Amino acid sequence: MTASNDKKATDAQGAPLAEWPLWEIFVRSKQGLEHKHCGSLHASDAQHALQMARDVYTRRQEGVSIWVIPSNAITASSPDDKGAFFDPANDKIYRHPTFYTIPDEVGHM
Amino acid sequence: MSAHDYWLHLADNALVLGQRNAEWCGHGPILEEDIAMTNNSLDLIGQARMLYQGAAEAIGGGATEDSLAYFRDSQAFKNLTLVELPHHGPLVGYATDNRDYAVTIVRNFLYSALMALVWERLANVANQGLAAIAAKSLKETRYHLRHSHDWLVRFGDGTIESAQRAQAALDYLVPFTQEFWLLTPYEAAAIAAGDAVDVRLLKDDWTQLVSQAVDTAKLQMPAATGYVTQGKFGTHSEHLSYLLAEMQSLARAHPEGVW
Amino acid sequence: MYTQSFITADPIKPTASAQVSPIEPADLMAAFDRVIDADGRIEPQDWMPQAYRKTLVRQISQHAHSEIVGMLPEGNWISRAPSLKRKAILLAKVQDEAGHGLYLYSAAETLGVSRDSMLDALHTGRAKYSSIFNYPTLTWADVGVIGWLVDGAAIMNQIPLCRCSYGPYARAMIRVCKEESFHQRQGYEALLVMMQQGTEAQKAMVQDAVNRWWWKCLAMFGPPDEDSPNSAQGMRWGIKRISNDALRQKFVDATIPQAEILGVTVPDPDLKWNDERGHYDFGAIDWDEFWATVNGNGPCNKERLATRVKAWDEGQWVREAAVAHAQKSKKQERAA
Repeated sequence: MTASNDKKATDAQGAPLAEWPLWEIFVRSKQGLEHKHCGSLHASDAQHALQMARDVYTRRQEGVSIWVIPSNAITASSPDDKGAFFDPANDKIYRHPTFYTIPDEVGHM
Repeated sequence: MSAHDYWLHLADNALVLGQRNAEWCGHGPILEEDIAMTNNSLDLIGQARMLYQGAAEAIGGGATEDSLAYFRDSQAFKNLTLVELPHHGPLVGYATDNRDYAVTIVRNFLYSALMALVWERLANVANQGLAAIAAKSLKETRYHLRHSHDWLVRFGDGTIESAQRAQAALDYLVPFTQEFWLLTPYEAAAIAAGDAVDVRLLKDDWTQLVSQAVDTAKLQMPAATGYVTQGKFGTHSEHLSYLLAEMQSLARAHPEGVW
Repeated sequence: MYTQSFITADPIKPTASAQVSPIEPADLMAAFDRVIDADGRIEPQDWMPQAYRKTLVRQISQHAHSEIVGMLPEGNWISRAPSLKRKAILLAKVQDEAGHGLYLYSAAETLGVSRDSMLDALHTGRAKYSSIFNYPTLTWADVGVIGWLVDGAAIMNQIPLCRCSYGPYARAMIRVCKEESFHQRQGYEALLVMMQQGTEAQKAMVQDAVNRWWWKCLAMFGPPDEDSPNSAQGMRWGIKRISNDALRQKFVDATIPQAEILGVTVPDPDLKWNDERGHYDFGAIDWDEFWATVNGNGPCNKERLATRVKAWDEGQWVREAAVAHAQKSKKQERAA
């Protein structure tokens, strides 16, 4: 049983090949008025994300419209009533603009 | 030979390939793809069910979709040999090897390219039942074709390893497509009745579609030469009897069972 | 439900640094507590104490892992399903579980942890999954019993999670719950058909499966309340809303009438309706067996994990091909 970190392949320049980027998925149903946020998925590019979203979030219903957008391209507002509770440095929809691995020293998950 | 053998040929193709693709469920290379391949399998099993139900009705005598799927032996199955192959390179029936997603994708591509052309024409046959099944299956098959085509291109124009695997899969599988263009007696009879497509007429379109994709994928189209398999005549590879043994074992252990 | 057995002591001792709780700023902590006490929602951009975030990452990711590993025991019978209808139903169900895993990984990612790092934690044994999936599915009837009992137990725990304090988790759970009751019904229906219309051999198969799974399902709700030290904090944060014992009792009370309709017995000589309490009394769970399995010594632990690791490792070239291709396409686009 190998830990998956052992043999990361690299690209032509020797840099490690990255995880597939994260995309947010918005779907408008056949009778719907607007696109609703469904969730996210990993895909290697936009076309791929569209295909995956069709399989994963619509289970291939007909007549639906799908939008995909890289998660880190979304800028979010702060709800007014949160005040100082809201961290103004963090206007991304995720807690951190880049993802990182949890080092072992932080503790066990 | 009977009138419904053509329906059984189409149903057996769908069931056997659906069974193979379902083998990836829980083992896919990434979660999203696991879901996508399972959708593919569900579509194929759905097609098989519609076709078996139609055949069973025509056969009568208590035949059901399950009696056809679970209680026929391998020599009565009329699927193309291509769809019964395991997901790895050329090995005898009782040898095992790891599944290779390149084999899965290339096989799905070669088959879907054929069936997109077949269903398109079958949607216009006189038999209303078959035409309706074809219309529904065409939509699904076009999706399968697009999925496998796009992955073929990702593999061919991806990494060195993916290109090698995709090329090896093409080299292995393309010779099995020779079988597509054989005419069986049941196809001839169904064509004469206006209820089938003469698949030989589709060869040029298929070849063009596939060559174009292989080219886009920066791979080489191998020659379709060598031994011509005979699966659609009922003479299969060593793999089918293993597949059916697994698939049919529980149903056959309880022949009076109600599920 | 899959999360109950996680609110337990880690078999591996946490490092000293992890045991020290960081001091959180008082005003932010007060604002956070106000939202929690008012049954409000915490969203990804909101400030949250590190302990809250860490607990959520663990719970949500382990819930996701459970869905994925859970595909394996049921997936075991897809190729041998005894009718085409049952094959299609089982495939769709297992696919739903993959989808649930996806919703949950997505929810966890809003906390800033990547899917790859969560999977790495699973594959290296640092993260857990629900221990119920460490048992084998030995017959077709096991599939129906898992639908009836395991999914039934899961629903009981998942419905309260739809109101949990962390927004993305609550919303993922709403989606999951919508699909889950369908699964339980299908499992039960498969058993009902065998018991009411099937052969003697089929009926015996069902009873045998119930005999093997019953106690494991009761243990799924986690150790007795007095042995669950972290539950209090979980309850405060709305991550865990009902006690283990209360849920377990609720499950037994709901399930015994269903067993009677099926015509099966549960392997508990101490099971008895108690008029005074208004509940079923039931026998003692073998907690030693439960802990042995949770800690790695169950029948299928090694195989389940090895299977997931193999799928991941062997899929690496596929994932890399997609990335490489996307990079090449981008280059071509820029050059054009």
